[in-house]
Amino acid sequence: MTLLLMAGLLFTPLAWAVLTLLAGFRRGRGITWLGIVIQVLVSLALWAVVAGEGGFQYPLGGWQAPLGIELRVDGLAVTFVLLTALVAAASGLHAGFYLDPDKQWHRYFWPLFWFLWAGLNVVWLGNDLFNLYVGLELISLSAVGLVALGGQAEALRAAIRYLMAALLGSLAYLLGVALFYGQFGSLSLSGIAFALSHGSAQGAAGFALILMLFGLALKTALYPMHWWLPPAHGIARSPVSALLSALVVKGSFYIAARLWLELEAPLGSLALAQLLGILGSIAVFWGGWQALRQPKLKQVVAYSSVAQIGYLFLLFPLTWNTTEAVALQAQQAMTLQVISHALAKAAMFLSAGNLILSVGSNRVNALAGVSHFLPFSLFSFGLAGVSLMGLPPTGGFAAKWLFLQASLATGQWWWLVVLVGGGLLSAAYVFRVYRASFVEDSNIDHFFHPARRLEIIPMVLALLSLGLGLIAEPVLSVMALVFANGEGT
Amino acid sequence: MTASALLPVFALMTSLTAAIIIFTLPEQKHRLRTVVNLTAALLKLLLVGLMIWGVFQGREYGVSFTMVPGVDFVLRADALAMLFAGLSAALWLLTTVYAVGYLEGSPNRSRFFGFFSLCVASTMGIALAGNLFTFFLFYEMLTLSTYPLVVHRGTQQALRAGRTYIIYTLTGGAVLLLGISLLHSFAGDLPFRPGGHFAGIGPDLQAPLSIVFVILIAGLGVKAAIVPLHGWLPTAMVAPAPVSALLHAVAVVKAGAFGIVRVVFEIYGLETANALGLLSGLAAIAAFTIVYGSVRALSQSDLKRRLAFSTVSQVSYIILGLCLLGPVGVAGGLVHLVHQGVMKITLFFCAGNYAETLGIHRIDELDGAGRRMPATSVAFTLAAFGMIGTPPLAGFITKWTMGTGALATGMDWVIAVLVVSSLLNAAYFLPVLNRIWFREQKDPWTEERQWGRFETSAWLLWPPLVTAAFLVLAGVLASASFSPLGWVELIVAREVGP
Repeated sequence: MTLLLMAGLLFTPLAWAVLTLLAGFRRGRGITWLGIVIQVLVSLALWAVVAGEGGFQYPLGGWQAPLGIELRVDGLAVTFVLLTALVAAASGLHAGFYLDPDKQWHRYFWPLFWFLWAGLNVVWLGNDLFNLYVGLELISLSAVGLVALGGQAEALRAAIRYLMAALLGSLAYLLGVALFYGQFGSLSLSGIAFALSHGSAQGAAGFALILMLFGLALKTALYPMHWWLPPAHGIARSPVSALLSALVVKGSFYIAARLWLELEAPLGSLALAQLLGILGSIAVFWGGWQALRQPKLKQVVAYSSVAQIGYLFLLFPLTWNTTEAVALQAQQAMTLQVISHALAKAAMFLSAGNLILSVGSNRVNALAGVSHFLPFSLFSFGLAGVSLMGLPPTGGFAAKWLFLQASLATGQWWWLVVLVGGGLLSAAYVFRVYRASFVEDSNIDHFFHPARRLEIIPMVLALLSLGLGLIAEPVLSVMALVFANGEGT
Repeated sequence: MTASALLPVFALMTSLTAAIIIFTLPEQKHRLRTVVNLTAALLKLLLVGLMIWGVFQGREYGVSFTMVPGVDFVLRADALAMLFAGLSAALWLLTTVYAVGYLEGSPNRSRFFGFFSLCVASTMGIALAGNLFTFFLFYEMLTLSTYPLVVHRGTQQALRAGRTYIIYTLTGGAVLLLGISLLHSFAGDLPFRPGGHFAGIGPDLQAPLSIVFVILIAGLGVKAAIVPLHGWLPTAMVAPAPVSALLHAVAVVKAGAFGIVRVVFEIYGLETANALGLLSGLAAIAAFTIVYGSVRALSQSDLKRRLAFSTVSQVSYIILGLCLLGPVGVAGGLVHLVHQGVMKITLFFCAGNYAETLGIHRIDELDGAGRRMPATSVAFTLAAFGMIGTPPLAGFITKWTMGTGALATGMDWVIAVLVVSSLLNAAYFLPVLNRIWFREQKDPWTEERQWGRFETSAWLLWPPLVTAAFLVLAGVLASASFSPLGWVELIVAREVGP
């Protein structure tokens, strides 16, 4: 059973990537939708298996580590697999209706989409550094390709910028991997952690960790390395932006968090932890401030991603040298923030796409009167905004609450300013959009009405993000499941 | 779990479901929307009535589940919750009737009534919340669902008011969240409980508890419009009349005041809060707000703006009442939660009637309005006299109870505040009444319209008449056990002890 599930999870995306590469846009769409059904079912089944029986290590093809590839299937990994399935399914369905089938290059959306999905699953499940690298590269390259699908010169420019950042990040990460391999002769994360805990050499290993964190932070668009994100996420087609903001940046962050949680005790330092926290805090304020000033709707949403990613980096100071209970709180906060931001941001980009389609302009001020004509999409946008503001009962609020409690418990009160102030700033830019849509004296009297199915998809995502706070406890209890045999963390 | 334990959930769900149905109804289905609205309002009134009856007999209803590790979502119907829930359910029905008439023929009604229902669901949640965390959840939901109502007209003035409103309330919410997290970090998840949680605490906790108290009150004080946090309230009166009525009587300001009641009674406990020296400060601020609001009301020439400053003043009666310590004074404050609601909603309904029927917005345009709209003007007059504190109306009961309570606990200065405030109330209401009844009409009405066979549309006329009848009955029958005062005495017996 698990064999089938694992095979389904990893190989369907790759197979579907090849299949859709051979087909045109319309046939590719049909094939993709079938694949989405399979992937969602497999992800759900795997999640149910782990929720019921606990996690397990899965040697691919029966080869044990260090020779073979070993996958780590624990509660957190399957939760992210399921999240990916949800968001990717929503974006894939939306893209099928949203993208213009008559544009030649749009047929490449499907293979790129599937490569991206494959890369994400590899990252969630991978347990050795090289595997994670492969997953990361797969994600980055397909993401760059997806941005370039926008077609215009501006999109190509943004894609090239993105490519530079991604390559630089990969290079730094790979250097770190090489340093680790040189020192410990192992690529397995748990192997390295084991060697370190038995008092091996440190100097180069500490440097390697910093290099890798730098590379990953660059790919996650942590301030001040965020310059590539707003143009890329802003110019891409809306379903692509949704995938990028919701999932792609989370992939590299997930690796950084895994590295940190396994290796922080021997290799981390107070300065490094605080530095990452402070950069995250600046990102919260800078991203929020920029979002407030953007004239274009999708740029607002893109800068909001820069801000929301900032919160994630509070994980580092709140897990360094803290009690187990606090560290657990911070990890739960981080995972909730990843999930709720993924759902909310995907909902926001998709509904922003609908709004832009409806008024025929991507400027915020052009939204005047849209609350008559497209209340449903505006409402989805608003609900997603509530989650970004971190107001109850959303998942964003649950995450903020746990971060607050962890900060108070460790006496690091300065993060309170970030958590509370950042929420207000996001309220400011979300309300700017509402305000524009409530203006009555607009001259435009004809709006294009997108198909109802385009409007329903973001609403479902927004509602999920809204409800996440109410069911945070059961979701977190699945995430906390480790391996059934009690090994690992 | 029996069905009756779920009554609070059903009460909440009626308005939530109504909101969802209304949002999905097409804009032009006006009749169907009205049916949904009224059915939900009646159903809710019935459910709340059932709960009041059960609570009266000593039953408690409640559900809870864990939301985030360490924090529970708790809904619970106790006597205090029922005071607010009863007010909200009764006035929702009337305001819905009023709003249907008021918005006749205007655009965006689907949006309006959807958010209107969400807003009422939030007040129901605020009433029934069983801990600070749950309270906060609905408190913020209220902020978000009232914003579209405030900016409903979409004019520049409305949008500006909306911005002021949202800046004040969201900042207040953020401060409140800070206070709740601080409290949670050293005391854990505290359910609301008569007598509070901090009786006999050690000296090491006194300083943090006092600081947290100040933060909590500052957060709640924004919605309760305590000076100097009241700036949004007079600005927000650009909203349509039913919204103003709801904001001033039930929803927003009352949510703040009710939160302060919960914090003082059921988190800190009246005696602990007093022992920490927190209540004398609160009393001073409340007293100042009462006088300040009245003084500002004097100089307003816009009718709704004058009423708004009057709200600033009147809501602080509730807070001042808490600080009187003794059971009688506390009862005086709590009963004003209902009395002020009934009186103020009457005044706003009437102001809306003048504006919609005759186009009157300013006080100096009211000359002779009593002859043209006698029924509305009678309701307005009764409510104004109630505010001044004329026996035997509702406002008199409040002031009398608070006064005797203050004397009983030796806080004689409160009498002076009550007297000054009543004089000021008279000073800003009597000139209005004078214009309505005793001046001759000077100019023709600016936007007069004939609306049905009464002086105005029946939908607009009946709600203020009913609330006016309430405020007379609440005064005349104050000693009955089913009057607001009777219910408040039941609460006080359970919360503070005899």
